[in-house]
Amino acid sequence: MTDKVAGIIRKHGGDPSQMVAILQDIQSEYNYLPRAALDKLSRKMDMPLSQVYSMATFFRAFSLEERGKHIVSVCLGTACHVRGADLILESLERQLHVKRGQTTPDRGFTLESVNCMGCCATGPVVKIGEEFFGQMTNDKVEPMLNKFKE
Amino acid sequence: MKMPGKLKTAKALAALHKKLAQELDTGKCRISVCNGTACRPYGSNPVAEAFRSEIEKRNMADQVDFKITGCHGFCERGPIAIIEPGNLFYQRIKPSDVPEILEKTVRRKETIQALLFKQGASTPAVERQNEIPFYRNQQRIVLGNNTRIDPTSIEDYIAIGGYAALSRALFELQPEQVIGMVKESGLRGRGGGGFPTGTKWETCRKAHGDIKYVIVNADEGDPGAYANEGLLTGNPHSVLEGLLIGAFAIGSNQGYIYVRNEYPLALKNITLAIEQAEKFGLIGKNILGSGFDFSVRVNRGGGAFVCGESTALMASLEGKPGEPRAKYIHTVERGLWDRPSCLNNVETWANIPLIVNNGAAWFSKIGAPGNSGTKIFSLTGKVNNTGLVEVPMGIRLRDIIFDIGGGIRGGRKFKAVQTGGPSGGCLPEKLLDSPVDFDTLTKAGSMMGSGGMIVMDEGNCMVDVARYFLTFLEEESCGKCVPCREGVKRMRQILTDITEGKGRESDLELLSQLSSHLQDSALCALGSSAPNPVLTTIQYFRDEYEAHIKHKKCPAGVCKSLIKFAVVDDKCPGCGLCVKPCPTQAITFIGKKKPVALDQSKCIKCRTCYDICKMGAVSIE
Amino acid sequence: MSELVNLTINGVKYTAEKGSMVLKVARDHGIRIPTLCDHEAIEPYGACRLCIVEATRGTRTRIVTSCLYPVEEGLVVQTDSPRIIKNRRMLLDLLLARCSENKVIQDLAAEYGLEKPSFREEYWEKHNCIVCGLCVRACEQVVGVSAISLVNRGVSKEPKPPFLEKAKACIGCGSCYYVCPTGAVKLEEKNGVRYIRNWKVEFKLKKCGKCGIQWAPEAQLEYIRKKWNLAPGFFDTCPDCR
Repeated sequence: MTDKVAGIIRKHGGDPSQMVAILQDIQSEYNYLPRAALDKLSRKMDMPLSQVYSMATFFRAFSLEERGKHIVSVCLGTACHVRGADLILESLERQLHVKRGQTTPDRGFTLESVNCMGCCATGPVVKIGEEFFGQMTNDKVEPMLNKFKE
Repeated sequence: MKMPGKLKTAKALAALHKKLAQELDTGKCRISVCNGTACRPYGSNPVAEAFRSEIEKRNMADQVDFKITGCHGFCERGPIAIIEPGNLFYQRIKPSDVPEILEKTVRRKETIQALLFKQGASTPAVERQNEIPFYRNQQRIVLGNNTRIDPTSIEDYIAIGGYAALSRALFELQPEQVIGMVKESGLRGRGGGGFPTGTKWETCRKAHGDIKYVIVNADEGDPGAYANEGLLTGNPHSVLEGLLIGAFAIGSNQGYIYVRNEYPLALKNITLAIEQAEKFGLIGKNILGSGFDFSVRVNRGGGAFVCGESTALMASLEGKPGEPRAKYIHTVERGLWDRPSCLNNVETWANIPLIVNNGAAWFSKIGAPGNSGTKIFSLTGKVNNTGLVEVPMGIRLRDIIFDIGGGIRGGRKFKAVQTGGPSGGCLPEKLLDSPVDFDTLTKAGSMMGSGGMIVMDEGNCMVDVARYFLTFLEEESCGKCVPCREGVKRMRQILTDITEGKGRESDLELLSQLSSHLQDSALCALGSSAPNPVLTTIQYFRDEYEAHIKHKKCPAGVCKSLIKFAVVDDKCPGCGLCVKPCPTQAITFIGKKKPVALDQSKCIKCRTCYDICKMGAVSIE
Repeated sequence: MSELVNLTINGVKYTAEKGSMVLKVARDHGIRIPTLCDHEAIEPYGACRLCIVEATRGTRTRIVTSCLYPVEEGLVVQTDSPRIIKNRRMLLDLLLARCSENKVIQDLAAEYGLEKPSFREEYWEKHNCIVCGLCVRACEQVVGVSAISLVNRGVSKEPKPPFLEKAKACIGCGSCYYVCPTGAVKLEEKNGVRYIRNWKVEFKLKKCGKCGIQWAPEAQLEYIRKKWNLAPGFFDTCPDCR
């Protein structure tokens, strides 16, 4: 792990202005921010661990807990909200049996919300992995999830 | 992609432009398929793939120039393609349409009626993009180039005249002259602040310090606004060129582009654009032989709306959490790492090449007095024609929503339009004739902001909208100052209580007190403008608040605690379509031709039955 | 090089060094402005907003935090205008709703005529911490170890050790405890050990070789000794016995 983290830091030139990008890359690698990686990051960038931890907890993009294989993101932006995004979130919570921010026990899915993905014209929008699903309605939720269930 | 190598002089750039422009002008058929944020969920990638493979299969590469572009603007009708020459506009394209398009339209020059735009089922079809009312009523001086270029090709940008403005600035103008032009043009910041750009640049240039920074704010966090995305993803070089010109004018050699985390394609395209510009010698040392050096880094956001605030953005660039700080000393004097920093919005930077190319006088004539130029809006919500629209400032709200937006979808009635994101407000029908500019909307209690424009109909509850915005702001507040961290939370609690039928008469007064407190005492604009959605909805929709508080009713039928779903017996044919989808099995099938029965105790008011029913047999009371 | 400027506070003229903060100038002249997140040894932060004043420059008046607002020629300041009092009262209302059982906040609120929060009782909270950040800033700026930081964002923002576990970089100096305005940081000494439970740390206290008093954490002394290159036994006796 320490080699990978060192590599990521090198890629960004060890530049503190790239902290968020460095954390993003670490998260892409491990699907979350492992503690050991953050310890390593603090040492290599000569930044107090407390500051690294602040960064990791301030920005919503980061998770300090292991996430599921499929990240389900519901957009709760205004345009999606006026078209009923809240109800889509509730529907997903019912189907996955988890609340927003939680991961299913089998680590298959993590349910998250995003405050606007920029697909406002096709709202309500749900993103699973890299796939976008627009014009969501309650009846489309189950078939959409089934595509990803093993 | 041919790479001529570094352009070492202005002449070399001009020569390359001439060569590439000639190559464009062959009369060859050109198809551009939109890959904007809305078109992607609609399936633009499979359509593009289909074009690629079908063109290859049919050996038509010498007849057709095919490119994937950024957002064309008409998001509602995606996937869309424009075919030149002829400005033919095809909408809602499926991969299966592609062979026909190639055979009929490209080879035989015949139009496919089924793919043409029609506003309504019985209205005539329109062939040309520029004649579609959605487009005809716009003035797409900034966003219009999206349809002409592949954003991953710097050659495309140079072919249409890209980087000529930079060349002019570097070789024909002094930095102070550039600043003078921008001042004269009347350009004001497009990110929401509306501060005169030229004045900002001038102050930064005069600020004390050798090292200065220029920053692109692409953290477009207003939910419902995606104009910056369309611009940055679709025409990244226009932003770079503007940034370079600004850096030259201010005396900065280092730039940062802060792109929000939720825009992966914008990040990709701007990063690629920088690489290409570096290869062509348009970024780096001794640009075009002018002696001007400039380098730029791209930075990612981490999912924090507050980082759209300039000092929070700069904190994030310093490797710290995005907490704003006092701006009693302006960031143009002391900003990033305490050095003079000029931060502008994506759209502001993209306007610069236009001003340098066409002149300040030209620009100042567009729009309205004190509000020159155009503004790109993200028109969404309950309108027929959603998308990115670019209009001259001073146009009326009514013109945007009805002439361009095509009116309210489903034949319903306009209720309100929300502008300016969480810092803005909801404006009612009686204000539809207001001109859209920096000052008028602000006087009405809202603001133009970064261009989000969300249209609402009678199915939207304004109290719920206010609660929504406060919930959003509570989640996005950085938490540093007491008024915002504690005040927004308390306002959200009060509004939630009101939507749950627990509102009290004294709540409106308390909301008003909290509102003025936040406006007076909050540290940054997130907090000080947080009251706007509440204040405007109370001002213009007070009757809805009173219905919720006094009568415990939600007239729009949205607030769950105050509504009840019921079966309309004489409309229900007993088809049972609603039975299985009901998540709590609250609906029981009684028998054919008999209305179903809804068990209120099990009903969670998810609206599934209401949305599914084709007979209008579910009512909301 | 100190340029002097003339300014007016509450109708009275004063001169002050250009660039110094309104709060300091006011205090230097005995004018009382309440603060919570301010400390003379620490850079101003502007979080609690209690020090707000009305500042007029030319024709423009706005509300600013005096801890961070630099004085300039012709500035006119009002420290207790009705608008300011109203805002301070609401600030304390909000703080009281958050820290409904904290004596410091209760006393401050009472000064502004506030006995209980204006919000519904079911939503009153019982924090002691007001997230003023003094503990974190002291640790970073004065002590220099940055053992703790402000974690999370928004309503759940609070000072915490990394990963909510024992703050490894803490040297037990207790600066955080000394600067905390509300007593939210708790420091306890028992049987020769100092406990700062907020950061889950405990430190053995050094016993003076001469008088036997347990006067400071060993870890803190070791940190100072190393930083200033002092002899190994330097702190074996306490300051009184030296």
